[in-house]
Amino acid sequence: MNAVSQGPTWTVLLVPVLLGVLALCGAAFARVLDARADGRGISGGVLAAPLAESGRLLLQQRRAVVASDRLLARTGVVLVPVAAVLAALVVPLGDRTASDLSIGIVWFNAMEVVTWAALWMAGWGSNSVWGLLGGYRFVVQGLSYELPHMFALITVATGAGSLRVSDAVAAQESLWFVVWMPVAFVAFLLSALALSFSGPFDTATGRDIVGGVLAEYSGVDRLLLVAGRWLMLSAAAAMSVPLFLGGSGGPLLPGWLWTLVKAVAVLGLLVWVRSRTATLRMDRFAEFGWLVLIPLTLLQALVVAVVVVGMTGGM
Amino acid sequence: MAQAVVFWVCAIGAVAAGLAVFRVDSMARATFALLASFVLAAVPLLLLGLSYLGILVILMMIMEMVVMAVFMIMYMMNPAGLMPMSMVHNKKGSLAISTGTFVVLAVGVLLVDWPQRQGVPPPDVTFALGEALMGSHMLVMLVIGLGLFATIVSAVVLSHPRGRYDRFGDDLRRRPPDDPIPGSVDARSLTRIFGVGR
Repeated sequence: MNAVSQGPTWTVLLVPVLLGVLALCGAAFARVLDARADGRGISGGVLAAPLAESGRLLLQQRRAVVASDRLLARTGVVLVPVAAVLAALVVPLGDRTASDLSIGIVWFNAMEVVTWAALWMAGWGSNSVWGLLGGYRFVVQGLSYELPHMFALITVATGAGSLRVSDAVAAQESLWFVVWMPVAFVAFLLSALALSFSGPFDTATGRDIVGGVLAEYSGVDRLLLVAGRWLMLSAAAAMSVPLFLGGSGGPLLPGWLWTLVKAVAVLGLLVWVRSRTATLRMDRFAEFGWLVLIPLTLLQALVVAVVVVGMTGGM
Repeated sequence: MAQAVVFWVCAIGAVAAGLAVFRVDSMARATFALLASFVLAAVPLLLLGLSYLGILVILMMIMEMVVMAVFMIMYMMNPAGLMPMSMVHNKKGSLAISTGTFVVLAVGVLLVDWPQRQGVPPPDVTFALGEALMGSHMLVMLVIGLGLFATIVSAVVLSHPRGRYDRFGDDLRRRPPDDPIPGSVDARSLTRIFGVGR
């Protein structure tokens, strides 16, 4: 396995393209699962549905409720996909990365959290009780998974001895982090679903509040929100590869292909969970987050810290 | 050159966003104007090469201001802060305080005999910061951390109207506990949480 290094500047432009393709694959897979659950056949139409839906939304007229807060609504709607792409900047593909920041792991976390502000702004700005409720729900839910999510990231940084994503990949040359940090991996995947308000954590856009944040959005605004959700899920799936699954490490195939294969596999798992689980009420999840996830992830961080100190001979 | 441009754009932007906090008529806009001001003020940290501190400030400010938005709107006098409202109160008093603070700080900046830099910055600033926090200042950090945590826990315990006897009954045997918002983690609800199906 080659060490990950900084790629040329133009690779930054490749990030949104690749992330977009990954997101489209994820959305198409979700349509396939839905079609199977409904007993429909899987046709080309089902596979192309996300693209067709995007085209339809691009043509659809955007509308807004009277006295909606345009500034906040627009800012929030645009920030959701932008945050996902910015987060994905630090994900290496093979042995090249668009930006090998010295604090890549913190950067990823900071960009994810932009989604909090963005979704709340979008919910508030639509001047609708459903949007407002959705925005509040997203923030409330965030309090339950953000600490476990941060502990999972800290565990990886502790194991790698660095906040640089390429160092995390290098540290997994002999043993993938998922093997000795399984709890952190699971917590990371759960929060990936929650941050992209999908799967069992889709209360922000729940049917019981007629679509929540999405309720008043149509046209290109709605497209940005829905695309942003898929981009964020894809970014988190892609990020789990360098953090837990050994980056580009693997036999026979070239490194970049291994990265893609692993990212697609994780995304497939996330989409499957998303499609097969019922919505989880945020008050139930709050207690689970604080009483189960936080102690478990803390324990995981402790185990990793003890192992690291033991291996390096006690500082 | 590029650094100077970024600095001035962020500096002027931070002041402008700060002013906007008091000019807008909605609590939500005021909150996010304040957030914009904080984020713009964090960028100069990145210019100084303090990437960890800079990104951390941005991360914490976003989380803090989003939670703050919830509380600021919740505590407004008009219904839930949903109506247009003025962001200024006690105009004369606050103008005097803010002018006074500005004058004191500005005079301080101009009068203080700033020390010359001695030595060079460490190659890895993040590592140096970690060593400082976990080395010589470990005791202080631990005491502050424990103190803050104990304050939070005791404030919640003191202000919470319900105790364990309300939850678990007089003999503390009631399972699952009687909570106003059920969400209890016990064997039954764990199966409900993980119950898979459509």
